[in-house]
Formats: sequence, C-alpha cells, structure tokens
Amino acid sequence: MDVAIVGIGIHPFGRTPARSGLQQGAYAARLALQDAGVEWRDIQFAFGGSASAGSADALVNELGLTGIPFINVANGCATGGSSLISAYNAIKSGEYDVGMVTGFDKHDRGAFNADPKELGIGEWYGEVGMMMTTQFFAMKIQKYMHDHAISHNTLAKVSEKAFINGSKNPNAWRTEPISVDEIINSTMVNNPLTKFMFCSPAEGGVALILCRADHAKRYTDTPVYLKGATMKSRRFGSFEVFAPSQALQQVDGPTVDASKAAFEMAGVGPKDMDVMQLQDTEVGAEIMHMAENGFCEDGEQEALIQQGATHIGGSMPVNTDGGCLANGEPIGASGLRQVYENVLQLRGQAGDHQVPDDPKLAYTHVYGAPGISAITILQR
Amino acid sequence: MPWSAEAKKRDEIMSNQVPIAEGLFSWPAVKPALLASRCKQCGVAAFPVASSCMACSGQDVEIEELPSRGTLWTWTVQQFMPKKPYRSDETPETFVPYGVGYLELPGGVRVEGRLTENDPQKLQIGMVMDVVFEPYRIEDNGDEVINFFFRPVQ
Repeated sequence: MDVAIVGIGIHPFGRTPARSGLQQGAYAARLALQDAGVEWRDIQFAFGGSASAGSADALVNELGLTGIPFINVANGCATGGSSLISAYNAIKSGEYDVGMVTGFDKHDRGAFNADPKELGIGEWYGEVGMMMTTQFFAMKIQKYMHDHAISHNTLAKVSEKAFINGSKNPNAWRTEPISVDEIINSTMVNNPLTKFMFCSPAEGGVALILCRADHAKRYTDTPVYLKGATMKSRRFGSFEVFAPSQALQQVDGPTVDASKAAFEMAGVGPKDMDVMQLQDTEVGAEIMHMAENGFCEDGEQEALIQQGATHIGGSMPVNTDGGCLANGEPIGASGLRQVYENVLQLRGQAGDHQVPDDPKLAYTHVYGAPGISAITILQR
Repeated sequence: MPWSAEAKKRDEIMSNQVPIAEGLFSWPAVKPALLASRCKQCGVAAFPVASSCMACSGQDVEIEELPSRGTLWTWTVQQFMPKKPYRSDETPETFVPYGVGYLELPGGVRVEGRLTENDPQKLQIGMVMDVVFEPYRIEDNGDEVINFFFRPVQ
C-alpha cells in the first residue's frame, strides 16, 4: 500500500511567548486537519514527538478524546523523521487508512544540555565539558575542511543563504539577511564555527495528515506521495556525536546508509531530486550532508556553494525554507518542517521561496544524537 | 600559620588526589595510563572499558593500558562555559576556553579528551600529543580530582 500526505499545518517557528508548545502543536494540527478537509474524530492513529514541551499525546486534551492510539516518539533531532516513518509503516501495513504525524517543542534559550547518563555515558564526560553537540559538529567539519579543502568563506555562505531563504519564508524565525562578513566575524562558539553558523533551540509545531494512496483524492487534489522513507542508526566505526572514543577504522555514517536505502526504495537517484532539505544544525552539517546524501562528491561543495548552486534558483536547492539555521530547532517539529516545506514545493505553494520549474521529487534528511538519520523522498 | 603546618596541609591535599571516574585510567600508578577493553573475539579496543564489544557483540573482553602518545585526529576550542552537567571550579567570570580533540592512539582507539592547549593557532590535525594526568578541580572536602588531558609534545 502506497502512502500519501494529504494535509499539512505549521505553527510559525521562533519564539511565541503567548502559546505553550502544546498549543503550538494543536494550532498546527488543526491547520493540517483543515487542509485535508478531515475531522479529528476521523483520524485513526497518531505518532508525535516533543522533547521539552510535554508528551505529544497530551494533544488529545486540546483536540478531543477519541480513543485513538497515540504513540510518543523520542529520537533526538531525528524525532520528526522517526514519527513519520512510524506512521508510514502503519498505513503501508494495511492496518490503518488515515492518521496524523505531529511534532512540537518549546526549548529554553542557549545550547541543549544533554545528560550523559541517558546515553549510557559516564558522568565524568559531562563534568569535563564534552557533553556538547556543538563540539562534535565543530570537530567533524574541522576534519572535513582539512581533508577536503572547504574554506571558512564557504561555511559563512551556507548561513548567508539560510538567512536569505528565511527572509522569504513567513513562518521562519530569522528573517533578516546577514552578510558573510558579519557571519564570519560573529562570536566564535566552537572553532571553526561562529554564532551565526549554528541554529538555536526554538519553538514551533508541525502536523501532517497521511492516508493510503488510493484514498488520497478524497482529501485533496494535490496529494504528495511518500516514495521512500528510511531510518538508520550508526554502525560500528562511524564518527558520531557523544562518543568518548571512536574506532580507528571509519565507516559510513547513518546518513549514508539511510540515504542509499531511501533511493533504492524509491527507485530514483540523487540527480532526480528537484529540491532538498538537509539537516543543518550548523553550516558544516549542511556541507557534509550534501555529500553523505549523494548529491555531490566530497570536496565539490566548495565550488557548488561558491557558485550558488544550493540557492533557490540554483541547480540543487538546499533548505529552501531557511533550514534549521533560519527556523531554529524545536526538536520534535524540526524534521516535519522539512516535509511541510517539500509538500509546499511540490504543490507549487511555496510563494517567495518556491523553486522554479515545477518540482516533482523532493528529499528530506534529519540527523540526530547519538547517531541516527531519517530520510524521506516525496513525489508529486 | 607555621611553615610545618602549611606543609602538612599541602601534604594532605596532595595525598588526596582522586580520579574523576573509577576505571577510566590506572590510578594511583607510577605511570598512569588510559584503560581500554579489547574484545578477545574480534580484537577491537574500546574506551572507556566496556563489558561487551560494540563491533561484534562479543562479551569476552580484557582490559589493557592504551599508549600514552598519539596524533590529533580533529579538534575544536570550547569558547563558552557549558551549562550543567559541566562541573569545574570555574565561574562565568573565571572561565577559560578549553580545547577538545580526538587523539588517535596507535593500535588502540581514538579517544576524546580535553587539550592542555586552547590557542587555535597552536593546534593542528596530525600533531603529536601525550596523554597526561592533571588536577581538574578541587572538591569541597579538599580532594583534588584528576582528569586526563592531551598535551602537545614540546
């Protein structure tokens, strides 16, 4: 059974003091229901995630108590992608006809403070100051720049593009363009990454209505089909966040594995993608994820980014809604924001951030601690 | 205070050095070393010591000392003071940025640790570093907590 996305809803990302995380989730859920022309009582199941805004299944208190199975998902930054895959499989199995995927969050300001114990790491690791996702991203791009000749200017150009795209997206948080000079010269956080090269924890909510593909036209004239949905965790030897040590022999990370599996599942390749949303926790992540997802060879990013290939009008538009850099990262909602954006793109409803030439295939990728990745391939 | 009392107090402090975690490195020892487990089935080493092998799921491991010298695989400098669970003697006013990196220990693993150097100009991938054991913080009871660091070879 194929699966279609027939309704989408979003609560603007950023900071909304007047609404709790749960209320932002409910806001997005109601918009998604309305978009699909379906009532909450018709929804047969839900998967949802929230890291800091309470249990996702508390949404039923806002939307109504209908007795459906509502399963909470928690997979770090890959929570949204994991929820979506769970829902995809629930429909694909034939068990359900229509369901909801939702994610929302509301984080405090500043870097996430993770607890080593939750990941089976000794407390000493946090005490000495290594329980920091920002350090991992900095060390990964530091090594990558050394091995593949990526420049500091190219790092900054990724942020520059993100804020340009954010300025075109009414739901984004950062909506003012920032110059390359200002990005490079902003406060150093973890060398080589400065303040404006990182995304920040934020708030927001997204909901999607999924149904079996042969029912899709009941809900919408513009269904978008999930042609591939995969999720992988790390194998031994991949370089991952929160690793007190790593193997001498390095292997491909979960992004490479999940990406290959998704392309195989969808029967298409990287060159077929018209628009892609790639995890950009910071600028290095976007650069490395371009290669890890198969869109270029290692090192080609330098020329591609300098030439503007990843801009909305470029040959391989990346993070057309501004990505995590311009939207911030509400963990539960972030991966679903990518899917929301791709559905807009494939429907031709993305407004000022619409990619040209009638896109038909779109790609999303999330990466999260402690080494997981989820991919979707959407087709109009 | 008389010099003897001062010396006595210093002795007490010196004699109360405790490792930041048990089993992370040999301590006390004449020549302390990081401790790894090595899988008897596949031969892969892990740090810190684990009771099973992440490479092959084997559960028969032996503990060994890792080499004390290696090469820097990658690095960064932590420029802001982390929130909890960070636990040092510092305040936001006294915080000093610190280097973090992975040291590739031949025949062992790449271990993540703090660097004694925090100047980005003096750090580069591939440089040779030694594993050293130095005081990290003083506990309220006067115990000196020892951690491992990577120090550039002079």
